[in-house]
Amino acid sequence: LVKILPNLGLGDRIPSHQELERMEKEEAGDRPKWDNKTQYMLTCVGFCVGLGNVWRFPYLCQSHGGGAFMIPFLILLVLEGIPLLHLEFAIGQRLRSGSVGVWTAINPYLTGVGIASLLVSFLVGMYYNTIIAWVMWYFFNSFQNPLPWSQCPVNANLTDLVSECTRSSPVDYFWYRDTLNTSTSIGDSGGLQWWMVLCLLCAWLLLYVCCLRGIATTGKAVYVTSTLPYVVLTIFLIRGLTLKGSLDGIKFLFTPDLNELMNPSTWLDAGAQVFYSFSLAFGGLISFSSYNSVHNNCEQDAVIISIINGFTSVYSATVIYSIIGFRATERFDDCLEGNILALLNAFNLAEGSIKEGNYAESLQNLNGTFPETIQSLDLKTCDLQTFLSQGVEGTGLAFIVFTEAITKMPVSPLWSILFFIMLFCLGLSTMFGSIEGTVVPLQDLNIFPKRWPKEAITGIVCLVSFVIALIFAQSSGNYWLALFDSFAGSIPLLVIAFCEMIAVVYIYGIDRFNKDIEFMIGHKPNLFWQVTWRFVSPLIVLVIFVFYFVTKVSSNVTYIAWNPSSEDFPTLEVLEYPAWIYVIIFILAGVPSLVVPGTAIFKLIRRCCSNKNVYGAEVDTVSAKVQMFTTKMS
Amino acid sequence: MLVWILFLLCQVGAPALAQDLCQRDAPNGYKVRISLKTALGEDAYEWNQSEMFFFQATMAFAMRRHFQMETYNVDNIILCVQTSRVSFWFVVTSPDNTTMLIPKADVEKAVRMSRHRINNAFLLSDRTLEFLGIYPTLAAPVNPDTPPWLIVFGVVIGAVCVGIIALLISSLLQKRRKEKGMTEDGQDEEDMQVKGVENGINLDGTYNRGFTDDDRFTKL
Repeated sequence: LVKILPNLGLGDRIPSHQELERMEKEEAGDRPKWDNKTQYMLTCVGFCVGLGNVWRFPYLCQSHGGGAFMIPFLILLVLEGIPLLHLEFAIGQRLRSGSVGVWTAINPYLTGVGIASLLVSFLVGMYYNTIIAWVMWYFFNSFQNPLPWSQCPVNANLTDLVSECTRSSPVDYFWYRDTLNTSTSIGDSGGLQWWMVLCLLCAWLLLYVCCLRGIATTGKAVYVTSTLPYVVLTIFLIRGLTLKGSLDGIKFLFTPDLNELMNPSTWLDAGAQVFYSFSLAFGGLISFSSYNSVHNNCEQDAVIISIINGFTSVYSATVIYSIIGFRATERFDDCLEGNILALLNAFNLAEGSIKEGNYAESLQNLNGTFPETIQSLDLKTCDLQTFLSQGVEGTGLAFIVFTEAITKMPVSPLWSILFFIMLFCLGLSTMFGSIEGTVVPLQDLNIFPKRWPKEAITGIVCLVSFVIALIFAQSSGNYWLALFDSFAGSIPLLVIAFCEMIAVVYIYGIDRFNKDIEFMIGHKPNLFWQVTWRFVSPLIVLVIFVFYFVTKVSSNVTYIAWNPSSEDFPTLEVLEYPAWIYVIIFILAGVPSLVVPGTAIFKLIRRCCSNKNVYGAEVDTVSAKVQMFTTKMS
Repeated sequence: MLVWILFLLCQVGAPALAQDLCQRDAPNGYKVRISLKTALGEDAYEWNQSEMFFFQATMAFAMRRHFQMETYNVDNIILCVQTSRVSFWFVVTSPDNTTMLIPKADVEKAVRMSRHRINNAFLLSDRTLEFLGIYPTLAAPVNPDTPPWLIVFGVVIGAVCVGIIALLISSLLQKRRKEKGMTEDGQDEEDMQVKGVENGINLDGTYNRGFTDDDRFTKL
C-alpha cells in the first residue's frame, strides 16, 4: 500500500460528494457550463490538435523510421497520454475548479503547480499567437494571382532579379525578407516591422473576440475551428492523390525501418511528441472539464480524445507527405530537365534526343568522349530520395516547403487560402485553451478585483500579451520565437506534469481519487489506470525530463540564422547565443519550474512568521463557488 | 578575259568571304538558339531553309526599324554553323559595304527594339528564342496603389472590431437587465432549503437569513 503524505483539512477545502450532487441539481448559475457535450469535446479536441500534429509529427515519423515510428508512438500514447489526460479530466471535474483552484484545494502548498501552469500558458500563448499572426499574413497575401512567393521580384533599377532571391529561392525570399525581414543575429533587433505589428494586432483582436466571454463564446467558435481543419485536410488529400509523385511521398513516409526502434532517441521523441501533443500541464484541460456535469464520463472522453488526436496525427502526416512527394517529384523533374537542357545546349543536339529514360546512358557516352566539357557544365545530381528526405518541420514546412508545392498546383491561390485557413483554425483552437489556462488562474489568485468582469480580465491578458509579443515583430523576432519554443514550452511542462501526478496519487490519495471516480462515472478505474497512474506514467515523464534536461544543459546552445553574406548561403548559419540570452533562458524555463517549490517555501515562511492557519478555509477562489458557511457570532 | 576570271573569282570568293565574316565565336556575331519542341510541343513546325530565310527577313526588318534605313535586305544577314539543336550564328553586314560588319552593340540595340515582333513571328518567347548575350528586358513590376493584403486585412479587422463592440455592448445590457431583475425579486428566497456544514457536522434546516450580511437587501 502506498503511504500517503499527511494532508490536513482536505475535507474542508473540497466539496463533498453530497455537495456535488446538490450543486448538480440546483445548477448554481454563476459557474459557466457547456451548452452540450459536443461543445466540450470539440473544444478539447481543438486544444489537443494543433500545429504540432501537422508539422512536427510527420517530420518525426519520417526521420525515425517511417511506419516503424507508429510503434513507440502508439505504445506511449496508451501508457503516457491517455492516463495523464484522464487524470486531468477527472480532477477538474471532481474539484470543479481551474488549475490554481484544484492544486490549492488538494494542498495549499501546491499552489505553485497552478502558478507554473499559469506562467507556461501565458508564455506559450504569446509565441503561439505570433505564429498565427504569420499564418494570417500569408492568408492575406493569398488573395492575388500569381502568388507573391512564386517568383522573384525585380530589383530597383529593373536590370535583374533581386540577388538574395536568385541565390536562394522565391519562397525563402518571401519568408525571410518580405515576411520577417530577418536580421542576421538575435542581438541585432532591427526595429519593429509595421506589417507584422498589424498582423499581430489582428491575431490578438480575433482571439479576444472569440474568448471574450469565456466558454460562452469559445464554445460557439469551436464548431468551426475544430471541424474545418479536417475538411481541408480531406480536400488536400484528394487533391494530393491526383498529383504526380504523391504516392512516392506516402510510401517514403511509411516505409518502416525497424532498426530505428533500437535507437533511444526515437522513443524519447515519441514520448515527447505524445506529451506535447496532448497540451497537458497547461491547466486548460482541467479548467474545461470543470465546467462539465459531475457525472460526465471522463474516462470515455479521455480515451476518445486520445484516439482522435492519434488519428489526426497520422492523417495529417499522410496528407503532408503526399504533397511533399509531389514537390519532390517536381524538383527532381526540374533538376533533370535543367541537366538535359545543359547537355543539349553544350553539344547542340536535337531537342528530344535526350529524355529522362536515356539520360544516364547518354551522359555516360558524352562523358566518355568529352569529359572536360561535361566537367565545365557543372551538372547537378538529381536524386528523388534526397528531395524527399529534405524533411522539414515547423515553420519551414508550412511557409517554405508547402507554399512552394502550392505554387506548382493549378489555381494556386485557392489552395493557399485553404491551407492557411486550416493552420489558422488549428492554432486558434489551441489558443482558446491557452487563454483559459491564463485567465482562470488569474481570477483564482484574486490578482484582479472580483467585481471586474471576465471581459475586462481577458482584455487585459490579451493586451499585455500583445505588447510583450511585439518582440516577435522585430527583425530578430524569428530567433526569439525559436528560443521561446525550445525553452518555455518544454522543460516546465514536464516538471508540472510530474508534480500533477505525484500530487493526485500520493498527496490527494489514490484511494480517495478512485472513490471519486466511482462516484462520478459509476465504476472504479480498473487495473490499467492504477498501474499507469501510480508508476508507469510518472516514470516515463521523469525519464523524458531527465534526458531533455541533460541534453539541453550539456550541449552548446545554438540557433540557425539567415545571413545573405555568409559563405554557405542559402544554408542557414549556425550561431551561438550571446551570454545575456542565458538570463532569458532561465526566465523562460527556470522560473516556471522553480515557482513550484518556491511557492511552497514562501507559504511555509509566511505561516511560520504569522502563525496563521494555512489549512483553513482560505480557498476563496472565484472558479469554485463552494459556499463555506461559518455562522457569524457577534 | 581577265575581267571574266575576276568575275568568276568574285562569285566563288563572295560566299567564301561571307563565310569568313560569319563563323563560330565571330566577334560581331550572335548565336541564336531555338527550342521549338519546348515552346510548341505537338504543334512544332519543322525548321528548314525557308524558316532560315524567314529569320533573315525578320532580322533585316529589325535592322531597318532601328536604323530607319530602308536599305537592309536579307542578303545582309549571314547565317552559319547551323546545328540540329536548332542553333546558328549570324552576322549583319552593312548595306553599303558587304565586307563591313555592323558592330555587336548596334545589332543588340536593333534586336532589343524589335524583340517582341521577332518572337511573335516565330510563335516563340524570350526563353525559347534565345540570342545568347542579349538578355531580355524584365517586365516592370505591377505596383498596385494599395497592396492586396491590406485590403483583406482591413476587411478582417473591421469585422473583428464590430464583433468585439457588439459583444461588449450586449454583455453590458445583459448585466444591467440582471441587476434590475435582482433588486425586484430579492424577497422570494427566504424559504430556500439549504444544507450547511459547520465544524464538520451536517446541519439540516432552513437557513436563517438574519445572520448573513446581505446588506443590499436591508432597507432602512
